Amino acid sequence: MANGRRALLFAITTVVCGSILLAGCSDSKSGGTKKTITITYRDDGAGENGTLYKWLKDVAAKYSNDKVEIKQTPIQASEGDYFAKIALALKSKDTAPDIVTEDTFMINSDASAGYLSPLDDRLKDWSDWTNGSFIEAMKKGVTASDGKIYGVPYNTDSRGLWYNKNIFKQVGLPENWVPKTWDEVLDAARTVQQKAGSDVVPIWMNMGKATGEATSMQTYEMLLYGAGERLYDDKSGKWIVKSQGILDALNFVATVNKEKLGPPLSKVLNGQAGNTSSREYLPKGKLAISLDGSWIPGNYLENGAAPWPEYKDVLGFAPMPTSKGQAPGSITLAGGWALSIPKNAQHKDEAWDFIKFALNKENTEKLVIASGNITVRADVAKDPEYTKMPFNEIATDYLKNAEFRPAQDKYPEVSTQIQTMVESVASGTAPDAAAAKYAQDVTRIVGADKTIEK
Amino acid sequence: MSGLAIEIGRGKRKNKSWIYFLFPSVAVMLVFFIYPILLTFFYSFTNLALTGESARQLKFIGVDNYIRMFEDPTVRVSIWNTLIFLVGSAVIGQQVLGFLIALLMKHKNRMFRRVIGTIVLAGWVTPEIVCALCLYSFFGDEGTLNSIFSLFGLPAVTWLYTVPMIAIILGNIWHGTAFSMLVFQAALDDVPSEMEEAAVVDGASRWQILIKIVLPFIKSTITTNMMLVTLQTLGVFGLIYAMTGGGPGTATTTLPIFMYNQAFVNYQLGYGTAISLLLLLMGIVLSLFYIRSMKE
Repeated sequence: MANGRRALLFAITTVVCGSILLAGCSDSKSGGTKKTITITYRDDGAGENGTLYKWLKDVAAKYSNDKVEIKQTPIQASEGDYFAKIALALKSKDTAPDIVTEDTFMINSDASAGYLSPLDDRLKDWSDWTNGSFIEAMKKGVTASDGKIYGVPYNTDSRGLWYNKNIFKQVGLPENWVPKTWDEVLDAARTVQQKAGSDVVPIWMNMGKATGEATSMQTYEMLLYGAGERLYDDKSGKWIVKSQGILDALNFVATVNKEKLGPPLSKVLNGQAGNTSSREYLPKGKLAISLDGSWIPGNYLENGAAPWPEYKDVLGFAPMPTSKGQAPGSITLAGGWALSIPKNAQHKDEAWDFIKFALNKENTEKLVIASGNITVRADVAKDPEYTKMPFNEIATDYLKNAEFRPAQDKYPEVSTQIQTMVESVASGTAPDAAAAKYAQDVTRIVGADKTIEK
Repeated sequence: MSGLAIEIGRGKRKNKSWIYFLFPSVAVMLVFFIYPILLTFFYSFTNLALTGESARQLKFIGVDNYIRMFEDPTVRVSIWNTLIFLVGSAVIGQQVLGFLIALLMKHKNRMFRRVIGTIVLAGWVTPEIVCALCLYSFFGDEGTLNSIFSLFGLPAVTWLYTVPMIAIILGNIWHGTAFSMLVFQAALDDVPSEMEEAAVVDGASRWQILIKIVLPFIKSTITTNMMLVTLQTLGVFGLIYAMTGGGPGTATTTLPIFMYNQAFVNYQLGYGTAISLLLLLMGIVLSLFYIRSMKE
C-alpha cells in the first residue's frame, strides 16, 4: 500500500518536472529567432528612477529592429566596486554582456587586459564618427595606449570652481568671479573666512581616500595640471614621481587645511563627502567655493537628488586658474563614459548596430540633458535645447583646454596612491614627506625603469 | 544502503565501508577548502590582476609579492592595527568582559540572568552589517553619542575621525561579547559547587576560589574560546569597512581591509592573495601558541 502510493508520487513528480523542463525547451526555441542584447551599466541605487534605466528603456522602445531585444543587466555597486565587478564579468563568455558602459579612465586598463574589442573597423563606416559630429578631443579619451579605439563616448564632464554668489555678495567679492591665479582663489576663501561667519565653509575640495577618483581628479590632478605638471610623461613613457608641480599642488592642499579654509576633516574624509558638499552645504548656503565637476547641477533639477530651483541664479561656475596665471590661463580635466563591446560578447554586430542608434544626435542629447552631463557631440553642443540648460555652455567651453588622465593601464593603481598622498597632507603630513612616499609607492607599482624625476 | 547498514550491524572489523561515509565530507573539504588554499598559494606567486596588461597573461613572478609585502610600510601598519584590534576587542574585550558577565550572572536569580543575557545577546544576534550601521550612527558626527554629550553641555567629538580604533574596538566588543559569555556560562555551570563549598568551609576568599579553583577548572574552555574569538576577529571585515573604511589614513586598516583594497581597489589579485596567506599564517601561529600554552 505504502509502496504503491510512493510509486504514484514518483510518477507524478516525474511527469510534472519533465513537462516543466520541456516547456522550458520549447520556450527558448520559439524565442530563438530574437537575439537578446544585454547592456550592463552601474546602478547607483536609483533603480527604475535612474537616468540610464529610463533612457535605455526609451531608446530600446524606439529601436526598430524586431530581430533583437534589448535587455538591461545593471550592476548595483559603488563606483569602485563596479569596475571590479565588470572586470570579473568580462573575463568569461558566460557572463560578458554585449554592451558595457566604461568610465574612460578604465578603458585602457580593460583593453590591455583583452576584455574589450577594438571598434576602429566599425567606426570608419559610421558617418557620425567621421564627419565631425563627435568633438575631436573626446576621441582621445576612448583611445587606448595601442592607438585603437575601444568605446564610443556618450558623455563627458569638466571641472571648475562652483561658488555661491549670495555669499560672495555678502562679503564683498565680485559676483562675476574669474580668479586668475591660485592666490586669488585662496584670497577669496580667506575673505569668506573672515567675513561670512564660522558656519560657512570657505572652500571644499575632496581630499580623502574614501572619495576615490574624485580626490584624484577633481582635486589633485586639477592642481597638478594647473601647476604645469603632468602625471605621466608621454614622450619618455614614464611616470613623473618627483617635481616642483607635485609639491605646488600639495602645498595648496596643505594651505587650505592649515588655515582652516576647508571643511572639517571628519566631513571630507569619508565616502559621502561629494554628496555632502553638493547636496547639503552648497544649496544651504554653508559653502562658498567648491572645486567640483560640471555635473553638480544635475542634483538640483526637479527630479534630482536635492532639488534647488534657485541654483541658476545663486551659483556661479568659474574656471580653475593655472597656478600663477600662466598659459593657457585655466585648466580642466575631462572624464566621461563610453559604450564598449566586450571581446567575449555574443552578438557583437547587433550590439554595434544598437550603439549607433543609441548614440545618435537625438538620443545622446536626451541622455546628457537628463543626467546633467556635457555632450561629446559637436552637433548637440550647438542645439538650443542643450544650451538653454544653465551652465552647459560654459562647462562645454572649458573643454577647449581639457586634459585627460593618462591612458595607461597602471593609472587606476597610481590613482589610489594619489588619494593616499592627498589625504595624508590634508591630515597634516608635510607635503615633501607625502610626495616622497608617493614616489616610493608609484615606483613600486610601475617599476623603477618607468619613472622619471624632474 | 540497507545492505551496508546490516554489515556494520554485524560488526565486521575489516569492513572498509566507513570510507564511503567519510567520502562526501572529505570531498567537500577538498573542493571547497583545500583546493582554494592551494590555488591561493599558487596565485600568490603570480602577477594575477583583475584588469590591465597583466590580466591578459598570467606570469609567474616568484616571491615578488612577498618581497613587496615586506617592503610595504602599510603592511607593517596593518599588522600592527590587526594586533591592536585583536588584543583590544577579542582578547581583552570580548574574552574578559564575557567572562566577567558570566561570572557575575552565576547564582543570580533567573529574572536577572534573563534580562542581562538578552541585552548582551542583542549585539550578537544583530547581523554584522546592521551592527556596523548602528554603530556608525552612534559614533557619527551628529550621532547618538554626540547628542548625549550635548545634553550635558559637552562639546561634540568626531569619534570616527579622532579615535577610530577605539570606536571599532568598542563596536566589535559590543557585537561579539555574547559569544564568550555563553561559552563561559556553560563552563562555569560545570564547576562543581561542592568544590566551591568545600573551599568556603576551608576559609578561602572569593578571590582565592576564583584563581585557585574556578580558573584552573575552566582552563581548556578559556583556550578554546580564545582561539575561536581570535580567529573570528582576525577575519572581521564588514564592521570595519562600513564604520571607517580603514581610515582615516591607515588608522584602522587591518589586514583584511588592506587585502581587499589591494585585490579589488587596486586590482592586484596576486598581491591580495599573498596578504591573505599572511593572515592565514597569523591565525595558525596564534592558534599554535594558544594550544601550546594550554598544555603547560
